[in-house]
Amino acid sequence: MNGIALTLRALHHGEGRLARHFVTVAQRHRTEHEVHHVAGDLAAWSREHVRRLADTAAGRGLDLGGPSGTSDASDDGILATLRRKTAELTGHRPEPALLLLRDLRELHLDATENSLHWEMLAQAAQASRDSALLGLASACHPQTLRQMRWTNTMIKTLSPQALTSP
Amino acid sequence: MESSLDRIGRPWGGRTPYGRHEPWPTRVDTYLEDGVGPDSVQRWVQAASILHSDGDAMDIAVVDGRMVGVRGRSVDRVNRGRLGPKDLFGWQANASPDRLTGPLVRRGGKLVASDWDTAMDLVVNRSRELLDGRGPGSVGFYTSGQLFLEEYYTLAVLAKAGIGTNHLDGNTRLCTATAAEALKESFGCDGQPGSYDDIDHADVIALFGHNIAETQPVQWMRMLDRLEGADPPRLVCVDPRPTRVARAAAVHLAPRVGTNVALLNALLHEVIRTDRVDHDYVEAHTVGFEELAARVEDCTPEWAARICDVPAARIEEAAELLGTADRLLSTVLQGVYQSHQATAAAVQVNNLHLIRGMLGRPGAGVLQMNGQPTAQNTRECGADGDLPGFRNWQNDAHVADLASVWNVEPGTIPHYGPPTHAMQMFRYAEQGSIRMLWISGTNPAVSLPELARIRSILAQERLFVVVQDLFMTETTALADVVLPAATWGEKTGTFTNADRTVHLSDKAVEPPGGARSDLDIFLDYAARMDFRDKDGAPLIGWHDPESAFEAWKRCSAGRPCDYTGLTYDRLRGGSGVQWPCDEQAPDGTPRLYTEGINWAHPDVCEDYGKDLVTGAADSAVEYRSLNPDGKAMLKAAAYLPPHEEPDGTYPFQLTTGRTLYHFHTRTKTGRAPQLRAAAPDVWVEMAAADAGRLGFAEGDLVEVRTPRGALRGRLRITGLRPGVVFVPFHYGYWDTPSGTGPDEGTPPRAANETTVTDWDPASKQPLFKTAAAAVTLVRRGDGQVAPAPTTTASAPSVEGAARPTAGGPAAYAWQSAEAARTAREDAS
Repeated sequence: MNGIALTLRALHHGEGRLARHFVTVAQRHRTEHEVHHVAGDLAAWSREHVRRLADTAAGRGLDLGGPSGTSDASDDGILATLRRKTAELTGHRPEPALLLLRDLRELHLDATENSLHWEMLAQAAQASRDSALLGLASACHPQTLRQMRWTNTMIKTLSPQALTSP
Repeated sequence: MESSLDRIGRPWGGRTPYGRHEPWPTRVDTYLEDGVGPDSVQRWVQAASILHSDGDAMDIAVVDGRMVGVRGRSVDRVNRGRLGPKDLFGWQANASPDRLTGPLVRRGGKLVASDWDTAMDLVVNRSRELLDGRGPGSVGFYTSGQLFLEEYYTLAVLAKAGIGTNHLDGNTRLCTATAAEALKESFGCDGQPGSYDDIDHADVIALFGHNIAETQPVQWMRMLDRLEGADPPRLVCVDPRPTRVARAAAVHLAPRVGTNVALLNALLHEVIRTDRVDHDYVEAHTVGFEELAARVEDCTPEWAARICDVPAARIEEAAELLGTADRLLSTVLQGVYQSHQATAAAVQVNNLHLIRGMLGRPGAGVLQMNGQPTAQNTRECGADGDLPGFRNWQNDAHVADLASVWNVEPGTIPHYGPPTHAMQMFRYAEQGSIRMLWISGTNPAVSLPELARIRSILAQERLFVVVQDLFMTETTALADVVLPAATWGEKTGTFTNADRTVHLSDKAVEPPGGARSDLDIFLDYAARMDFRDKDGAPLIGWHDPESAFEAWKRCSAGRPCDYTGLTYDRLRGGSGVQWPCDEQAPDGTPRLYTEGINWAHPDVCEDYGKDLVTGAADSAVEYRSLNPDGKAMLKAAAYLPPHEEPDGTYPFQLTTGRTLYHFHTRTKTGRAPQLRAAAPDVWVEMAAADAGRLGFAEGDLVEVRTPRGALRGRLRITGLRPGVVFVPFHYGYWDTPSGTGPDEGTPPRAANETTVTDWDPASKQPLFKTAAAAVTLVRRGDGQVAPAPTTTASAPSVEGAARPTAGGPAAYAWQSAEAARTAREDAS
C-alpha cells in the first residue's frame, strides 16, 4: 500500500471517529444546548468526508471498509439513551462543565489530527499532480479547520466560568 | 381635515397618499380619555413610543398631574404625527391600580412588603458576599429593550467596571441580536445602514420575515400611503403567514419554516446569473464576491423550490423584482432573526444589497430592524454585553480607550472572551455558577424558550433573583427581591429607534408610590457598592438623566454612534435626530455608507466576525488577511436543515410571533382596555387544508404539544402556509387564576411552554420559529370563535367566520391630515 492509500485510510478512520465523537458529545451534553445542536451539525460534515473518502478510494480500487462514521453512535440505542438521561439528571450540577471542556479538547485534538492528514493528502496530491485528490482535500479540509475553530472558540468561551467557579 | 376613527377596527387609520420622492404628508393622531377635550389639557409633554421599535414621537397630555391621552408629533421625521394602536391606548397601563409601589422581599418563602433600604441592603450584601466568596463570574445582569439610554449605559459601567462581570445581556438577545450580528459580519460594525425615509424613494421594497403592518404599524401606514400614491413601490414579502404585507405584495413567498438561507441563496443565484450585479460597487467596496458566487452557483430556483416548497417561478419573479429595482429597500425582522440559520440568512440580505450597490442613497438601503423601542441603546451602550460605543473587545486599543473614558485599568474591564449571552447566563445559573441574577424590565418566565426549564432555574434556592419591574409578573413571582420601577412618562431619558433616530422622552407625571426610575435604582446600587475608578473617585460620577447622557456622549465620541452633537435642549421641541450627530454632521446622518464602508478596517471594526454556521470566532489575523482595506464583506453560507423537523409524532412546524395589539408579555398592553379586548387570549392558527384534514373547526379548543410541553388555545383557520401552526407569544399567566404558571386550575397557554432551546450560533438569538409540534382536539368550539383579531395576519380565511375586530366608542381617536389632502378611510 502506498503513502496516499495509507493517508486515505488514516483519514477515513479519523473522520469516522470524529463523526462518532461529535455525536457522543452532542448526546452527553444535551443540556449544553449550543454544543448539542452544533456538534450534531459538525458530525454531519465528518460523515460526508467519510463518504467522499470512501468514494475516492473505491475509484482507485481501495476498499476502506464500511460506513464507519454512522455506525455505533446513532441517535438511538441504549448507550445514547443513557447519555441523554445522564445529561438531564446532571443538568443542575457543575461537574459536567469540566467534562465538557475535556470533551471539547479531545474533539479539537481529533480534528487537528485529521487536519494534518488532509494537509499531507493535499501535498501528496500536488506532488503527484492528482487533481481529483487535490479537489477532495480542498473541499474537505476547510471544514475540518472550521471544526477546530469551533472547538477552540467554545473552549475559550466556556473556560473562564468552568474553571473559576469554586 | 379632521375625522374620528375606531383605531382598533382600523388600526392604520386613514390614508394620506403621496407619490415617489415626495415628502410624506403629516397626519396628527390624538386620543384623549373620555370627557377630556384638547382645551382642558394643561400640559403636553414630549415623549416617544416604547411599545415597539418605530420611535413614534408623541406628546403626553396631562391634567392635574395625571396622564389623560396622547398626540402624535407632526414635526417628527419618524411618524409625522401618526400613532399606532399601541401608542394611542398603551399609556393607560401606567395608572393601573396594580402597579408596584414599594419593594418586596422574600421572607419565609413569601414576598412581603418592604422598604428601599432593606431591599437594597439585601441586594448589596448578597453582591458583596458573592464577590468575596465566588468572584464576579457569580453575578449576572439580564436587562431589557425598554429602558432608556442613560439607564443602559449606567448598568453597563457598573456591571463591567464595577462588578467586573462578563455576564450582562438584554432581552434584545431575543429580538435584535441577529440584526447587530449581521451588520457586524457584513460591515465590520453595528449601525443601521438605511433610513425610514428610504420608504419615500424606493421602487421595490422587500420585507424578509417582517410583518411591518403589526410590528411597526406607522411605517406600514407610510407604505400604504405610497401604495395609494403616484408611482407606487412593488412589495416582495417572505412570510409563511397571510400578513397584510403579503396581501399587498406583488410577490409573496411563503417558504417552509427554517429555509430562509436556501431561498436567499436562490435569489442571489438569480441576481448573479442574470448579471444584475453592480460590478463597480462590488470591486470598490466589497471582498468575497467570488466565494459568494461559487457558493450560490448551484442554488437554482428549482433547487430552492424543493427545499422551501415554493414554486420556482415565484422565486424567479421575486429575483426579477430585486434584480431590476432602481432603488431597493429591504427590511428584515423576526421571521429571519428567530428562525433557523438566523445570522446566515440576514447576512444574505446584506449581500443582495452589496452586490446590487443598493446602499447609501435615498431609497437604496437595508433596514436590519429591531423589535423593541430601545434595543438600539442596549446595543450601543453595551447592555447587551458588547463594549459600549461598538468597541471591539478583542482589540486592546479599543479596550484601553474605553478604560480611559472610565478612568479604570484596562484589566478591570472583562475582555478575555465574548460577553455571556442570555441563554448561556441561564445555563450558568442552572449549573450553579451564577448565584445572583438581576433582571430589569423583562419577563423571562414567559419570554424565554422552554418555560418549565426557565421556571425551574429561577426557582432555585441557591440563586438570588432580583427583579425590577412595573407590575407583579410571572418572573417577579420567583424573585427574592422585587424593586418597583418607574416607567415611560414617569422619568426622563433618551432612546433610539431602529433607524438611529434619537428621541427625548420627558417625565410627565410622578411615578406611583415609592416606584423609582431604573436609573435611580442603578445609581443607588453603585453608590451603596461604592464602586471607584483607579484614582479612588466614584466610578459613576453622574446623578441624573441629563448628566448620564453627557457621560454617554463622552463615551460615544468618535465612535460610529457619536452623540456628541446632541443635547437634551437640542432634542426638546423639534424632531428626533439620527446618529451619528457630531461636529461633521450637526443635523445627524440619514444614511450610513453613503461614500463607501467606513467602520470595517481591521483597526476600527467592532468584531472580527464569526463562522455563520458554527459561530466560531475569526481572529484579528484572519480578519486582517481577508479584509485588509476595511471593505464590506460578502459572506456566503450553505443551507443546513433545521435541527427539529416534523415527524410522525410531531407533524407540524410550530412558529410563534406577535399581534398588532400587544407587546411582549402584555404587562402594559394587557392593562389597556381597548388593546386587551382586541386580542384577549391566546389562539392557535392553522391552515384550512390542515384543519379540514383533521376535522377541526374555527373555535375548537386544541392542544399544541412538543417534546418540551403543551399549551391550549382556540383554533383560528387562516390562509397560513399548510403544515405550519402559529401561536402568539404574548400570553402568560399574570391574568389567569394561578398568576404564575400552569397548574390544575390554569391550563398552559404560553407559547414558550413548547419552544425549543436552540439558538443561532453566531448571534446567540433563540429560535422561536423552528420547532415541531402535534395538534390535538381538546373540545369542540360549539359556536365559540378564537379570540384572534380579524384585522391582521390572524384574519379567518373564510370571511365572516368571526365577528370583525372593532373597538367601539372607547377606541375612537382623532386624526387630522394635512389640509391640502383628503384623508380617505382605510378600505379595510
